[in-house]
Amino acid sequence: MSEARANILNRLRHSARPQPTITEPEAAPAPPLSQADKVAQLKQRMEAMHAEVIITNSGDWTTALKAVLRQRSLNGLLYAPHSPIGVMLSEGWDSDLPPLVAYEQSVEDCKERLFTIDAGITSTQGGLADVGALILWPTPDEPRLMSLAPAVHIAVLEASKIHDSLASAMRTERWAERMPTNALLISGPSKTADIELVLTFGVHGPKELIVLVLND
Amino acid sequence: MTETVVDFPKNFKKALGDGQLRHNLRAAMDTLGMRRRTLFSDLDVFEKLRERGDAIRQRALRQLPELLERLEQKCTENGMQVHWAETPAEANAICLEIIQKHNATRVIKGKSMVSEEMHLNHFLDERGIEALETDLGEYIIQLDHETPSHIIVPAIHKNRDQIAQLFHDKIPNTPYTEVVEELNAIARQVLREKFFAGEVGVSGVNFAVAETGTLCLVENEGNGRMCTTAPPVHIAIMGIEKVLERLEDVPPLLRLLTGSATGQLITTYFNMISSPRKPGEKDGPKEVHLVLLDNGRSKIWADPELRHTLKCIRCGTCLNHCPVYTRLGGHAYGYVYPGPIGSILTPQIEGLKNAGAMATASTFCGACEEVCPVKIPITDILRRLRTESYDQDETPNSVKDHGHKLNATESLTWKGWAFSNATPWFNALNAKLLGLAGPLLPKLPAVGIVKKWSQSRALPTFAAKSLHVLAKEKGIRDE
Ligand code: SF4
Repeated sequence: MSEARANILNRLRHSARPQPTITEPEAAPAPPLSQADKVAQLKQRMEAMHAEVIITNSGDWTTALKAVLRQRSLNGLLYAPHSPIGVMLSEGWDSDLPPLVAYEQSVEDCKERLFTIDAGITSTQGGLADVGALILWPTPDEPRLMSLAPAVHIAVLEASKIHDSLASAMRTERWAERMPTNALLISGPSKTADIELVLTFGVHGPKELIVLVLND
Repeated sequence: MTETVVDFPKNFKKALGDGQLRHNLRAAMDTLGMRRRTLFSDLDVFEKLRERGDAIRQRALRQLPELLERLEQKCTENGMQVHWAETPAEANAICLEIIQKHNATRVIKGKSMVSEEMHLNHFLDERGIEALETDLGEYIIQLDHETPSHIIVPAIHKNRDQIAQLFHDKIPNTPYTEVVEELNAIARQVLREKFFAGEVGVSGVNFAVAETGTLCLVENEGNGRMCTTAPPVHIAIMGIEKVLERLEDVPPLLRLLTGSATGQLITTYFNMISSPRKPGEKDGPKEVHLVLLDNGRSKIWADPELRHTLKCIRCGTCLNHCPVYTRLGGHAYGYVYPGPIGSILTPQIEGLKNAGAMATASTFCGACEEVCPVKIPITDILRRLRTESYDQDETPNSVKDHGHKLNATESLTWKGWAFSNATPWFNALNAKLLGLAGPLLPKLPAVGIVKKWSQSRALPTFAAKSLHVLAKEKGIRDE
């Protein structure tokens, strides 16, 4: 309906009148946080939103992960075999753990599996300290549904990639020049308060969010 | 519903008499208001933040035609398809065409007020296409064939008992339970199958960034992500006013939106979509369509005062703080957008004849604009709309049905009033007579304008001394 387009734009152009520009107040300057502060703040905020945040390090994180998995009875762990963390996982998987299931085909060929597997593990692009959230930029290796369809989402976050705020993440990483197909902020397991404002967790997205923070 | 004149007095009476409704609402509105206050506890910080929000929205609106073109260009470069619609009917037709092109009959929907404005579900339903709401609140009201009563918490007029009964009645093999977690689990189970099988996903848009061609969606449940990720086709619908200039405009508005709406620092998900599935990617829709709907917005935009209406980010906090909304709920307003924002937006879209009365559903307490995160001068616009119903001088920017209330009796009455007030001796005589007679008169003769006016108000008793006299006694100049 290009006629609609022309009509709308014409109306807007035709009636345009110079409007006073108004000065925009700057964002209040916030003192930069140390990495330890950022980790602490992110942990506190995300836990308040019912995420489980485990501080570990790059040498031990798979051990921490295995402990998490052994506490639960899960029918499998969806993973990305070609991502750096995926490679590490497949190298040393124990037989008593839920089997690793690779997300290797396009969704049309494996939708059923995606919707029935209990858990999925992804890496993250970073985190936000001020609000307590993960940044995910899904990739061909780690597709979008990995962090959405399984009931448990496990995310690996390098502490050095936690930003003070969304604004600073956008600025320092130059998001505007390179937005991916899908960028996500995730602050906890899915939730709703649509019935009498009673907060309940685990609606359509994951019921549990477990964050492994690699603190080195 | 939108085509007819709404019988406000009847609706209001009904809503006010519904004790259950008033109880459900009151508790919820107080809680939402309290959560918001807790989040924005530092008033100076909040004021600065909303000054930024206001400025960002004004800057975007000032360049609206250019930004819409840039958005279109960027989205197209990114591989999306952009459609323009002047009316809801055109927007519905666009959606239908896309859906039919894919031979789809199962549409899953994320929450979108614009799609409510279009009555899209009804439109598709009539053409044999199931359009299923997947936001829990929207799902509940759709089961009961209702419309949202609040723009953020659409089923807030219902309590858990009512929802328990509804689920038991409408969802096969569902036991009656009032446990909120269990109700939630029931909905999760039903909807998961729908997400799995959905052929087209429909969503709204909270912000669209012209700089990058990015559609931003704010949500807690994950159903919005499901609708925009799982099906092979995604249709996003937005009003043309939702565009922002730059990506860096997003963070302050996001904070204002989540803080004002539910008192959250951030929602569970903030979903930024910039393109359909790219080669090599394994999921995400292969087609993303963006539908830009005008529906009267370009006309609103033309007027410098009314334009402020379009700054709205649909946080719903003006509803939570409105003494009228918190007693009536959304349905009594009779239109998609209730409360203060509805009262200024709807008459401008639908015209004063049908919806002008909404502008009278206000006490002018100003609570709405005190909390509005983008500083919309709601009471000024309400006053403007009230005046326009009676005003004579029409301009190109006048609201539809300008002056429709102007009729002989009323203009005569007001002319008489003006004469009386401008003519001291006449006014003095009148006031004295009324003041003396007031206590003796049980009622003013309920005819004409007095009749209309007194239908919804208690009649005043005339004071023994008029304001003019009192002012004079206090030594106040009074002309
Ligand atoms: S008018 Fe202001 S307070 Fe009301 S919904 Fe819009 S942005 Fe929120």
